[in-house]
Amino acid sequence: MYTIGIDIGSTTSKCVILRDGREIVGQALYVGGIGTQSPGRSVADTLAQAGLREEDLAASAATGYGRNRWEGADFQLSELSCHALGAHWVFPGVRTIIDIGGQDAKVISLNEAGRMQNFLMNDKCAAGTGRFLDVMATVLQTPVSRFGDLAAQAKTHAPISSTCTVFAESEVISQLANGVELPDLVAGICDSVAARVAAQAKRLGVTPRVCMSGGVAYNSGVRTALEKELGAEIAVSPLAQYLGAVGAALYAWEQKQKTVS
Amino acid sequence: MSEEKKHRPPPDPNSAKYKLNQIAAKAYSDAMEAKARGEMVGWCSSNFPVEIPETLGLYVVYPENQAAGIAARGGGERLCSISEADGYSNDICAYARISLAYAKIKDAPEQNMPQPDFLLCCNNICNCMIKWYENLAVELNIPLIMIDIPFNPDYEVSEAETAYVKAQFLDAIRQLEEITGKKWSEERYKEVMEYSGRTSRAWLAATATARYEPSPFNGFDLLNHMAVMVTARGKKEAAEAMETLLKEYEENHVKGESTFRAEEKYRIMFEGIACWPWLRVTSNGLKSRGINMVTTIYADAFGFIYKDFDDMCRAYCKVPNAINLEYARDKRVKLAKDNHVEGLLVHTNRSCKLWSGFMYEMSRQIGEECGIPVTSFDGDQADPRNFSEAQYDTRVQALTEIMEANK
Repeated sequence: MYTIGIDIGSTTSKCVILRDGREIVGQALYVGGIGTQSPGRSVADTLAQAGLREEDLAASAATGYGRNRWEGADFQLSELSCHALGAHWVFPGVRTIIDIGGQDAKVISLNEAGRMQNFLMNDKCAAGTGRFLDVMATVLQTPVSRFGDLAAQAKTHAPISSTCTVFAESEVISQLANGVELPDLVAGICDSVAARVAAQAKRLGVTPRVCMSGGVAYNSGVRTALEKELGAEIAVSPLAQYLGAVGAALYAWEQKQKTVS
Repeated sequence: MSEEKKHRPPPDPNSAKYKLNQIAAKAYSDAMEAKARGEMVGWCSSNFPVEIPETLGLYVVYPENQAAGIAARGGGERLCSISEADGYSNDICAYARISLAYAKIKDAPEQNMPQPDFLLCCNNICNCMIKWYENLAVELNIPLIMIDIPFNPDYEVSEAETAYVKAQFLDAIRQLEEITGKKWSEERYKEVMEYSGRTSRAWLAATATARYEPSPFNGFDLLNHMAVMVTARGKKEAAEAMETLLKEYEENHVKGESTFRAEEKYRIMFEGIACWPWLRVTSNGLKSRGINMVTTIYADAFGFIYKDFDDMCRAYCKVPNAINLEYARDKRVKLAKDNHVEGLLVHTNRSCKLWSGFMYEMSRQIGEECGIPVTSFDGDQADPRNFSEAQYDTRVQALTEIMEANK
């Protein structure tokens, strides 16, 4: 049985097809979220990879901010539940999930059975999310994908005190003008994200095993800084950015199982 | 594409809802008429002892209630922009910003009310009130009567505090007699006290019918009906209307009916002032998922039960925002348990730093004590710019999914 999960976020659209709720047979990611053609493209790509047509799918589930606008989804579920399902599927013992996406930072707490029992989302603004890192990458004229390697080369971490993304950008510009080295600045930027998210995680309560999901999970600079703040190892999967879509596909499969039985 | 408008029958004039709406509207129109006749009219803070102006026969109106009405009808941003242009920070309470703007422009079609000749302020609801009302007094050059209620670290109000507050209440009466020429009457006070008690008892009994499953009412109704508790609880017609409300809710329960017009799948407690500019959105976000907000401390806060003048002083010392965190938590835990709630939704209200500040810790304690999930959303009681529908929807949906999994 094939089920599809679509995660339509603020900055990217992700899609995954599962076979029998156990194996990924197709996945795709496109930059562009709600209101763009990326959700449709990610679905088409995923189907092509899996060698399937839409009619071959037993059920579909949508999540993310675009979940209510996606026509034809059999189910729609919050990205919180989907990330919980997806992370638990990849890391069966996980109890705390830190998901940092384009504009959200979420901390999700799972109970011993792997079910979401509580969560906390970023409040007031999107500082400390992927958007913050994107803005900094533009200022530094350095892709975010290089941030992890650069942070590892830092001799000292340049502190960034502003929580506001726009004011932090000004701070970074003035530090650049003062000759602060790029790795030190990048390390400071990663620390800034980690400090903000760690405070959020501690408010909810951190129980190991901890994992990260969302695009920022691939940033080893942020991940390492977060491990230091939390005093806990953080697991990350190559599927980090797909975990919402995995969770959605899994949910569709579970719901289909219920109707079949 | 044409849409058929839902046919709604005309409101029943004998229904509690109709009567309560009339009383709330009359509170404003009576004050307007009094002003037109040349009588002095006051602006009054919501937790000021309403028994005092009521006994003296004074007409007062409530800036907080006005601001809520203006915000609910879409005028919040316009008025906030006026006071912000005058230099008031957008970090201060939006009720204050709206009220200060209204004092200046003197017209807001969303909810007009007469300009004041005196001000009555009691800081048991918050300290932002103090500067708000002082500024009004200076801008309008009118007398301000300020009652200071100390913060309560204990569960009971001490004799020293009772004496302190009573002296202020008596002084307020004396000052109002001087300013307005009205005279205090012990007989009239007893009458007002009786009505206030009757109204409060009926109101609290009505809200307590939420203990039935399903609840006989939509919790959002309370946010409308409480206007009468704020503005008119000392009046005979308010007591009668609240008793009618109680009767209707009890009847609903017997008949298996409810004003919550959906299947009640989940029961939550709502914490905080309503997000007035987004009332329909926040209400629909819950109702569309079968979530009934069955209880909220905000509604119960306006039920004042006391037996004499001293006891009345103590009652005003014990309003939810003037008491310690543990006592305030315990009141909410009781509401949550009595009304069998499955989740707590917290409005992190940017306008109210006091309330939002203590709710961070209090909501965690409530969730732990009651074993229920807790989620919060950013919003504002009157400034529409501090709310994101998508963010609200995601949080409410996730809360729903946890409550479903917990069943």
